[in-house]
Amino acid sequence: MIALQRRANPSQLMGYLAPLIAFALTLLAGLLLFALLGVPVFEAFHAFFIEPISSLYGLAELGVKAAPLIIIGVALSIGFRAQVWNIGAEGQLILGGIFGAAVALYFYEVDAWFVLPLMILASLVGGMLWASVPALLKTRFNVNEILTSLMLTYVAVLLLSWLVSGPMRDPDGFNFPESRLFHDAALLPRILSGTRLHMGALVAIGVVVAGWLLLSRTLLGFALRVNGAAPRAGVHAGFSQNRLVWVALLLGGGCAGVAGLFEVAGPIGQLLPTISPGYGFTAIIVAFLGRLHPVGVLFAGLVMALSYLGGESAQITLNLPLAVTGVFQGMLLFFLLATDVLINYRIIRKQAS
Amino acid sequence: MIDSPENSAPLVQMAGISKAYPGCLANDSIDINLDAGRVHALLGENGAGKSTLVKILYGLLAQDAGSIRWQGQPVEISSPADARELGIAMVFQHFSLFESLSVLENIALGMDADADAVLKEKIISVSTRYGLPLNPDRSVFTLSVGERQRIEIVRCLLQEPKLLIMDEPTSVLTPLEVNDLFTTLSRLADEGMAILYISHKLEEIRKLCHEATILRGGKKVATADPRVESAEGLASLMMGSDIPVASTRERNESGEPMLVMSGLNHPAQDQNGISLQNINLSVCAGEIVGIAGVAGNGQDELMQVIAGEVLVSNNDAMHLQSNAVGRLGAGERRRRGLCCVPEERLGHAAVPTLSLTENVFLTAHHRKALRIAGLVSYRRSRKFATEIIDRFNVQCNGPEALAGSLSGGNLQKFIVGREILQAPEVLVVSQPTWGVDAGAARAIHDALRKLADGGAAVLLVSQDLDELMQISDRIGALCAGQLSELHVTTDVTVQQVGLLMGGESLESTANSSSAGVAS
Repeated sequence: MIALQRRANPSQLMGYLAPLIAFALTLLAGLLLFALLGVPVFEAFHAFFIEPISSLYGLAELGVKAAPLIIIGVALSIGFRAQVWNIGAEGQLILGGIFGAAVALYFYEVDAWFVLPLMILASLVGGMLWASVPALLKTRFNVNEILTSLMLTYVAVLLLSWLVSGPMRDPDGFNFPESRLFHDAALLPRILSGTRLHMGALVAIGVVVAGWLLLSRTLLGFALRVNGAAPRAGVHAGFSQNRLVWVALLLGGGCAGVAGLFEVAGPIGQLLPTISPGYGFTAIIVAFLGRLHPVGVLFAGLVMALSYLGGESAQITLNLPLAVTGVFQGMLLFFLLATDVLINYRIIRKQAS
Repeated sequence: MIDSPENSAPLVQMAGISKAYPGCLANDSIDINLDAGRVHALLGENGAGKSTLVKILYGLLAQDAGSIRWQGQPVEISSPADARELGIAMVFQHFSLFESLSVLENIALGMDADADAVLKEKIISVSTRYGLPLNPDRSVFTLSVGERQRIEIVRCLLQEPKLLIMDEPTSVLTPLEVNDLFTTLSRLADEGMAILYISHKLEEIRKLCHEATILRGGKKVATADPRVESAEGLASLMMGSDIPVASTRERNESGEPMLVMSGLNHPAQDQNGISLQNINLSVCAGEIVGIAGVAGNGQDELMQVIAGEVLVSNNDAMHLQSNAVGRLGAGERRRRGLCCVPEERLGHAAVPTLSLTENVFLTAHHRKALRIAGLVSYRRSRKFATEIIDRFNVQCNGPEALAGSLSGGNLQKFIVGREILQAPEVLVVSQPTWGVDAGAARAIHDALRKLADGGAAVLLVSQDLDELMQISDRIGALCAGQLSELHVTTDVTVQQVGLLMGGESLESTANSSSAGVAS
């Protein structure tokens, strides 16, 4: 019989290497999968992993897709470290988009420097406002934040679709459910001409650094980590649990809101009924794939963004079903969890008794 | 079996038992024989390998090497069911009882029997026969710890075992309950049962046991006759060297009151909690005040209220150096000189998944300036952690070791050290030597004394009466959320403290010390 035995000293090095090993195993298993499907292995591999990033434009697209994942992923992982489970980043992202767009449309055709900063500020407030509902319910009535934050996402989706087909609809838009196209002063500056890569990519890197600093070097970050690892010890040290719940949720909501604005004022340029391909939900996987560590989240965000691009590319060049993306994401998660188990446990052979 | 166990094979012969865990050899080729009709003590410090040996005998662990014979026949005990089949029963230190069920139902569950009138009859007959009064219809949550232990014992006796294993049974009992238990155990032994009695309390073993096997560091170091051997002799066998003599200190009678609680009330937080009622207590600079009591009489609640983990409604009910602090949070109280060591080490006093360095930062950052410009200084935290490790002789892999990787006793030394070395004006400790070996306990006691000598007020909440009698200047007891009046320790006997623990007052023997009531 085979059994798992806990290792006395799990390797720290392996802890860092595990995501890389998982990625390599995913590639191997993917090649095997393609071979079994009868798809030319090399071409499929090329289409999935190389082609999307073999041009400058492709690399820029990777940054466009990874930026919101990283911004939200870092904020969520800080909350998850504190055992605050904000599952509603998607809704907070939508509210951020709505608030930012409202400012853009209010100052329509106003060509002033303050428009964009004001939009960012508004999106921050919007995301935080949406996240403050679960925070209030959690701290006042001990309502589970997983349920409230998730359900509020659907409210946000409906709110957005009402706004774009009503109050915020483009008056010259032939009744299409979309807002006016933002004027230039309300659009994010692009940082690479000829591509869609925008300021959000830089902000994402800033968020990674800030998140790392917060978690590792500040009292607040320490309190969040202690609250997650041993809540009673946090209380003993004098950290207020309610305050940490508020901080974690507002942080997640704020970052998601800004990420929402970056979509609206970046690649999209207007308010549409759908402003995110589920970034708020995918960021949850990114957070865990990145070990709830800001630097890990940076890489995880890039990998996840690549899997989106690769899925699309494989669909176009090889007629593979879009489900391939899901398969790759699933395998990656599976291999990561498996390597994690082997870091903490060894496999031993037990005599049958 | 009663007449001459020498002539027949021993009931149990364990020979050459070895068991290794990753990184340590818990049992190293241990031989032990248990005879019918005798109480056999298994004596050793924490980590000596007592629990491992017993778990092997009860089928909870498999030995790596060695053999077990039962009445002369080689046997393999691969599960507790096998052990019970042979006639081995065990009373654990921690009970596994269902709170909401009755005594009868709990016993039926443990035996796979029906909770019917027949079983009830049996329970009553066994419990009266051995002096273990028990009402089968009571719900478990209404029972005291001593009564709960009786359920476990009765459950074992109903199986009519030949060998009864008791794992530190008296650690949760009042002195009176201990006496009752000993009467029962002696009677069982007289009737021919073999009893394996695990403990580190020397006096108990000398009173009760016929034979003692002493373990140290996983090895058997001696067998002794505890009725002949002195307590000091047993202790030095157990520890491998003579115990240092306790330092004595003069009680300082002129200290200013540092920690004062007057008429403090705090309702229970949940249905299993205890309400603190009208607590009056003052601890002065330079003295150690001890609070006795059986677990679950409000110690946890009192600790939380003092530490500031929960706030009382009346700010004036608690004063720290003449400032009202009832509504101040835990962090602010630390800053003002109140440090605490809660009973639970892992998850309350320390975070198991963080390093010792980070665990130092956890509670010491207020007083030891472990932040520079608002940022965590790992360098300073590590330096303080190293100092604690050196001063309190903590066995670990340096300051970066995870708190969860330390043995219970070493972690306890580290936590107590962490609070003492912050030089608090008031230190409140709960169970500072629980599960700590005698040498470490001595070190912790000395540190507490030194702290008090240096002018700090020390409040010691403990269930260990010996400890309280040894180092506290004044002593009181908690019972059902109420604190007794305090007495000068040298004026009271252990029996009198036992009465206090039971909620009685000592009016007949009233002495001058009524300083417990604050003005």
